Amino acid sequence: MIGHLPLASFTGAIEFIFSPQESNVTGGKKVGGFDKSMELLIKHLEVTVLALAIALVIALPLGLYLGHRGKGEQLAVGLGNAGRAIPELAVIALVAVLIGVGLPNVAPVLAILGIPPILNNAYVGVSQVDRAAVDAARGIGMSETAIIRKVELPIAIPTVMGGIRSAAIAILATATIAPLAGVESLGDFILNRNVYGENGLLAGAILVALLALAIEGSLALLQRRLTSDGLKVKTA
Amino acid sequence: MGNPFVLAAGEVGGDFFKERDVGDLCQAQTQHVFCFDWARENIDRFEAPTVQHLEIVIPALVIGFVVAFALALLAHRTRWLQPPLLAATGILYTIPSIAFFFLLLPLTGLGRDTAIIVLSAYTLQIIYRNTILGLNNVPAAVKDAARGMGLTPRQILWKVELPLAIPEIIAGLRVAVVSTIAIATLAVLISAGGLGTEMYGSNLTFPTSIIIAGAIVMLMALAFDAILLLVQRLTTPWRRAARA
Repeated sequence: MIGHLPLASFTGAIEFIFSPQESNVTGGKKVGGFDKSMELLIKHLEVTVLALAIALVIALPLGLYLGHRGKGEQLAVGLGNAGRAIPELAVIALVAVLIGVGLPNVAPVLAILGIPPILNNAYVGVSQVDRAAVDAARGIGMSETAIIRKVELPIAIPTVMGGIRSAAIAILATATIAPLAGVESLGDFILNRNVYGENGLLAGAILVALLALAIEGSLALLQRRLTSDGLKVKTA
Repeated sequence: MGNPFVLAAGEVGGDFFKERDVGDLCQAQTQHVFCFDWARENIDRFEAPTVQHLEIVIPALVIGFVVAFALALLAHRTRWLQPPLLAATGILYTIPSIAFFFLLLPLTGLGRDTAIIVLSAYTLQIIYRNTILGLNNVPAAVKDAARGMGLTPRQILWKVELPLAIPEIIAGLRVAVVSTIAIATLAVLISAGGLGTEMYGSNLTFPTSIIIAGAIVMLMALAFDAILLLVQRLTTPWRRAARA
């Protein structure tokens, strides 16, 4: 059982990330290390990307379409609000006990946590696009799908990407407890205390925090690249 | 094994969900999802975790609101502070709470204090960003008019700008409240109690108790959300007047 860890534990945790360490729970065996950390980090990313992809495929087209038609506000916005109230621990625990363990079961359920922010922001972003721009596009003969793709989506990119960023972080955070449902991730270091010990516990927390910041940073960069220069001038 | 009802959970849940003995109550229902008999007999056991949950969530929200509001007022007066404060609160918001809980263990140890610190840090960004947004959205003409009537900057802030920013501030609070109530279930991982104890941990957890605890969490979020909506309506009567 972990009690009050000394501050020096951070040093041990950082050593644990780079080279295998021995501790009171490992029985003379060395655990952790750079290869194991990278293996779990990649598994964590795999779960996150898979779940985010599922969420995107479902929520992005639906949100864009509803925003374009200006219909279904209650569905898009209401679901966005209700989605935040879902306790992720209950979701993971229920998957494990009712549906079963493993990636094919866990990824779609993690996707559920990503759908509300993507749907909500895609709807809000597109519905706030200046109707004059849409009318102009229609006037020059663009089809409705072309209007969504070439006019509304580019203008709504900052809001749409905001939703995707929230979804990515929510999924990545919840992937930390995915080991409870039999899916390996960096959460293994945290939750398997009797295998990895206190060093692993802190090492897992450090890696999850860094991974989240890295993903958030990359998506913010991507958002800047995707936002058209014309829109940047306006906001500056 | 006497006469226990051993849940299917043990077979699929890996190491974390051990076989649980829930007594004779659900024996008739094999492969049950929700056991009403157990729920009726055991509803009392959810009272203490619900109170604990509130004891984590309410202090976290109060601290988060006070700090974020103060930061927003500071940044409203000292404009150049806005981007760095947004970035700093953004980092606290991005770090997953579960990682944050364990990162604080060497500093604050297990228990409720750590949970309250992490959750209040999480709410800062949402409340700060919306308060700044609300203050920035106040039309310049309104501020000019207030100045023309002889109001001091302090009076303009408290009597004109902040009241007009209430919808945005409350919108931020609603997001913060609802997500904090949901995330507080993870506090069980650092022995801080709360409704997470009925979903995972050393106590009896199986589908029925997970569903009941999850439902209490969502109802609590809904109730807090409704209260905030009511506060918004009561504090911005001019919006109703404009609609009528």
